[in-house]
Amino acid sequence: MSFTSILSIALGAILVENFILVKFLGICPFMGVSKKMDTALGMGLAVIFVMGLASIFCWLVNEYLLVPLGLAYMQTVAYILVIAALVQFVEMFLHKTVPTLYEALGIYLPLITTNCAVLGVALLNTQNGYNFIESVVYGITGGIGFTVAIVLFASVRERLEFAEYPEAFEGFPIALVSAGLISLAFMGFSGLRVW
Amino acid sequence: MNIRKQFKDGLITQNPVLVQLLGMCSTLAITTTLFNGIGMGISVTIILICSNVVISLLRKVIPQDIRIAAYIVVIAGFVTMVDLLIQAFLPDLSNSLGVFIPLIVVNCIILGRAEAFASKNSVLASALDGLFQGIGYTVVLIIMCVIRELLGNGTFGGGILNGGLGIRIIPEGYPAMLLILPFGGFLTLGCLIALVQWALKRYEAKSKKTEEVAK
Repeated sequence: MSFTSILSIALGAILVENFILVKFLGICPFMGVSKKMDTALGMGLAVIFVMGLASIFCWLVNEYLLVPLGLAYMQTVAYILVIAALVQFVEMFLHKTVPTLYEALGIYLPLITTNCAVLGVALLNTQNGYNFIESVVYGITGGIGFTVAIVLFASVRERLEFAEYPEAFEGFPIALVSAGLISLAFMGFSGLRVW
Repeated sequence: MNIRKQFKDGLITQNPVLVQLLGMCSTLAITTTLFNGIGMGISVTIILICSNVVISLLRKVIPQDIRIAAYIVVIAGFVTMVDLLIQAFLPDLSNSLGVFIPLIVVNCIILGRAEAFASKNSVLASALDGLFQGIGYTVVLIIMCVIRELLGNGTFGGGILNGGLGIRIIPEGYPAMLLILPFGGFLTLGCLIALVQWALKRYEAKSKKTEEVAK
């Protein structure tokens, strides 16, 4: 493990293999809370936070609990429980200690339990055989990739309100088509590598 | 209990993907060959029926405050079973769907139906709801797969027919590769939902007109 391997994981998670636009993980919140710029940013920050923590705890659970006990096939169940508990705990902790942050992230936290990007990052960490540091980096940068995509998309959507398009495309369809165009732009990053 | 209405709801008027807009991730990600679409559709349908039945059975036992966590554990149990079965008997499907099989746990369709339907209705009605919603999901997946595969790769039935290669309909060199890529997923689903919105609106306008005439 070296600095370049970490850098290539980070670059991959943010740009080349963006969680939303290339891997299709976390589409629901991407579509749901991207109508306004500030809510999108709030959601993005909450996701970075939870994805980082989920990577840490799921890695620990897998390494010190599931593998030694020979329960690796229970990964999905264990991970989703860890994530649900984590989200609940983070919510209570923030509520008690950092009320300002809680108010900023509050309403997005419960939604994150069923965000497939969070479970996805935990499963992908195990599948790719990442070690502890690589897992944490992948989790946090994956969250940053999510934030980049959702903030870009929110700014596009704000402009869509003034655009003219066929009536049948009202609402969701036009959002999907514009998300497609952003993903087309992100394809420009494929082939980008760190030597 | 109205079976015909439930069937119509699942397939069209309350279609999980096209109208309720649930389960987007898997719909966009895996619809590149017919094999993937059918495999994913059937897996989700089976899990949906099982989890609906169990949650409906337990609906009076599960305390209100922790119901979501309880639902997730039930769903995750069935997903693990299906995941292991697919790994054992259909390794090809397991390879091509990859991480999206365990991710069925957080597929909003299943949790959504558990919360909206199974937690309030009888076992039989919940099982039927699972079946019909599952069929609605599968049909959308198959439509997406057929469109994307035909226009993006020029074939039909990839992974199943013609030894896994699919039957070539458009000669090589002509298909637009773009539709197999992520962009194609967003575009196809966007157009499909637009089509359904248009059709539903027309249908509503029409039934309104006939009502007025009847008056």
